[in-house]
Amino acid sequence: MDHGAPELTIGFLTFNLSTVLMLVITAIIVFLIAFIATRNLKLKPTGMQNFMEWVMDFVKGIIKNNMDWKTGGRFHILGITLIMFIAVANLLGLPFSGIVIDGQLWWKSPTADPTVTLTLASMVTVLATYYGIKMRGTKHYFGTFVQPMSFLLPLKIIEEFANTLTLGLRLYGNIYAGEILLGLIAGIAGTGVLGFLGGLIPGMAWIGFSIFIGFIQAFIFTMLTMVYLSHKVSADH
Amino acid sequence: MNLDYLVLGAEAGHFNGGDVLATLIIFLILMVLLKKFAWGPLMGIMQQREELVAGEIEAAENARIESAKALEEQKVLLKEARTEAQAIIESAKKQGEVQRDEIITAARTEANRLKESAVREIETEKEKAIAAVRDEVVSLSVLAASKVLGKEISEEDNSALIKETIAKAGEAK
Repeated sequence: MDHGAPELTIGFLTFNLSTVLMLVITAIIVFLIAFIATRNLKLKPTGMQNFMEWVMDFVKGIIKNNMDWKTGGRFHILGITLIMFIAVANLLGLPFSGIVIDGQLWWKSPTADPTVTLTLASMVTVLATYYGIKMRGTKHYFGTFVQPMSFLLPLKIIEEFANTLTLGLRLYGNIYAGEILLGLIAGIAGTGVLGFLGGLIPGMAWIGFSIFIGFIQAFIFTMLTMVYLSHKVSADH
Repeated sequence: MNLDYLVLGAEAGHFNGGDVLATLIIFLILMVLLKKFAWGPLMGIMQQREELVAGEIEAAENARIESAKALEEQKVLLKEARTEAQAIIESAKKQGEVQRDEIITAARTEANRLKESAVREIETEKEKAIAAVRDEVVSLSVLAASKVLGKEISEEDNSALIKETIAKAGEAK
């Protein structure tokens, strides 16, 4: 488990090249899936178009659960991109998890890096704050911090950070733990014939479970994004 | 914020600012590209389909209303036609009855007229016949009287004469 990370420092910015590489691969895969699925669109959908439309309707359903479509419609594209991106990112670490070159770990899920997940979570918080102020006004936005009672102000401030942290770390923890365990099982399977046979069943079970977790976490992340957004932009909160 | 000890494979103790930047940039670029190349067209086609379905439903609704109206119209027309037919039959019946009565009356009148004329003719003929018989009787009487006057005859002669007369009368007739 103690592999190095391929790092590159440009000025004051340090890049984990493995993370950047996996982010790019994730983005390319998501783009290709979406791009290929939406070629020659028809009014009567077939094949991949059906799948993409299902994803769209699914995200639309998530948004509609949290706010009315008039306010929530603008977050549709964000929601679809988030759910696709995170789902693909979560699954990406499974097939070749733990490819190590020169003692450096190159292939993993980008979401198994807390920097990535916390960046996405922070982005959501910033967006929520931005849209909250833009759509409801500055006065209303700061007013929500002392609602329903002013002594809740410290809790409300903590909540902002807690939301961001839990949103990011929940995703990270799930995927990171999944890959650690997958790495351990792969380690067992690599010890010999007996180890291979012993590791085969748990390995398959854990990969299946990880696929499930990957989708569920993508759904939860998108769901919570919409919950936080609706807290800020909806009139009844 | 030092998270590197949590990163799979990371061990150095510094903040990966580059990863934050890379994540944001890659995600935002992906979102923009997808909006342009995938979600935009897909949303467009879904919108189009929604409109199409709404239009079709509206058209179907309109067609339904129209057909209901047409049906109502046809019903009214049928009713009218039926009433009219009934009226025509009724009037034809009435006319037929009237005509029948007329014909019967005319026939009866004609029959009466014929009967009367026949009776009159019979009367006339009868009178004529009576007159003729009377004339005959007169002439026979005259003949018989002249015979009686012309010759004194016996009973036998008398009877022969009568017979003769009668025979003559028969001849004369």
